[in-house]
Amino acid sequence: MRREAPQRFGDYAPLFFPATMLIVFFVIPFATMIAVSFFQRQQGGFYVPAFEFSNYQRFLSLFFANVLGFSLMLAVAVAICCVLLAVPFTYLLTRMARKVQIVWLVALLSVLSLSEVIIGFAWSTLFSRTAGITNLLVMAGIMSEAKALLPSFGAVLTGMVYQAFPYTVLVLYPALVRLDPTLTEAARTLGASPIKAFFTVVVPALRNTITATLIMVFIFALGSYLLPQLLGRPQHWTLSVLITDQAIYQSNMPFAAAMAVFLVLVTLGLVGLTILAGRKGEAA
Amino acid sequence: MTRALSKIYFVLIGLFLALPMIVVAGVSVNEKQTLAFPPKGFSLSWYGEIFLNPEWRSALFASLTLALASAALAVAIALPLAWFLWRRIAPWANIFQILGIAPFTLPPVITALGLLTFWATTGFYGQPWTAVVSHAIFFVTLPLVTLSLGFTAIDRSLVEAAATMGADDRTIFRTVVLPLILPYIVSGYAFAFVLSLNEYIVAYMTVGFTMETLPIKIFNALRYGYTPTMASVTILFVATAAVIFSLVARFGDLPKLLGAMSSDDT
Repeated sequence: MRREAPQRFGDYAPLFFPATMLIVFFVIPFATMIAVSFFQRQQGGFYVPAFEFSNYQRFLSLFFANVLGFSLMLAVAVAICCVLLAVPFTYLLTRMARKVQIVWLVALLSVLSLSEVIIGFAWSTLFSRTAGITNLLVMAGIMSEAKALLPSFGAVLTGMVYQAFPYTVLVLYPALVRLDPTLTEAARTLGASPIKAFFTVVVPALRNTITATLIMVFIFALGSYLLPQLLGRPQHWTLSVLITDQAIYQSNMPFAAAMAVFLVLVTLGLVGLTILAGRKGEAA
Repeated sequence: MTRALSKIYFVLIGLFLALPMIVVAGVSVNEKQTLAFPPKGFSLSWYGEIFLNPEWRSALFASLTLALASAALAVAIALPLAWFLWRRIAPWANIFQILGIAPFTLPPVITALGLLTFWATTGFYGQPWTAVVSHAIFFVTLPLVTLSLGFTAIDRSLVEAAATMGADDRTIFRTVVLPLILPYIVSGYAFAFVLSLNEYIVAYMTVGFTMETLPIKIFNALRYGYTPTMASVTILFVATAAVIFSLVARFGDLPKLLGAMSSDDT
């Protein structure tokens, strides 16, 4: 059937339910959150309608600058680690037999679907003194006694790379599947080693994909709300952790909302950059 | 040599992905209430605990109900939308597709906080059904993406043939489109179901104080007293996810599904 423009009012009928749901339960909540970010906080966790910028003014503090700086730095570190690990992995994966690919995809999806609570719990167990990986090293005689590896920056980074790695692979996967295999074949015929062919042919051909993936993983990592709290010290808390903390434990909704609005702006800016990078890629 | 190198690389990545789960599986079979690894003794009682301990059982029940209902609602929102976008030329309607993809692309805290302020303002805060609606909106992206992909795979001439023979939109949808789109409905539902089962922050911000889902229960146990049940629940979750995704792969085309998913995502 040819697609045609809706002619009668009734033609719009399928749109009613989805549109209503998305407007009422996504657009309006979003607007509510923006409104609350200008509200005034009352003692005891309540807030009254107002229009003030005081919640935003709190951003202009050294503490907040530190949190923001750390959040961005951590997300960049996670994105770089994930892309470095995932690009060769995904490239090799797409060259494997279909059946093998499916097994890996199922495993990656299963890890990706785990909540941060579970990932946090699993890694805090792995890094703990009583049940941790150091016990294995002690058994192997490499270490003299078991010790806790957390809380530490390394633990936060490992946990977040673990969380974001499957996502990175799945973002890279479509682009790498469609990569023309004759490209590397040509390089191989001309005498390049597989590793050299990978770095001189595959990586440059994927430059835009890699940039876009870096940004997407960065946004994904920016959203991590529990791992820094479970695996790190208070100085490792990120903006997302702080929002959760303010909203739930400090009951300061207006400030939490203001930070969330700020996080949206940062994210949207980056999505804009991704699209721009994608456009450039198409033009090239 | 490069072959061996790539094999080693895959083993290392596999180990990295599996290691936490191996340790957790080890912890889950401890005989006594300790989180020791390697486990001291062997017992499967912590798996029994999930079903026998009333607190864990009610959390399991809450999680399953929430996931079943919210995934169904997510599909109910995504299906007519994807159908309309495929059937009609209405460029402005694409805004709803963007709205459907946004909750999943933005950091989850934002969707969670938006819904928290919304439910608090409207006075429904804490009601169990608000979690169902919240999860449905949060995960509507998944069925929306699989269904959009499913519709583009339909040969339009089939539908045209039905229309020439006098079938109206409703009949065409029921007899031609629905059977073709069914695998995509199932996989969209499966993705939303598994993710809802695991989801923590949106559930916590909407019903965290009145209802405990399994992830909330695990989080509370992390703060107020460790028990190996946390480990056995984790293993149960991983196993459930693996089984469901294997089924999707068995009855659908997983590489194709993922190939289009991410390209629609960006």
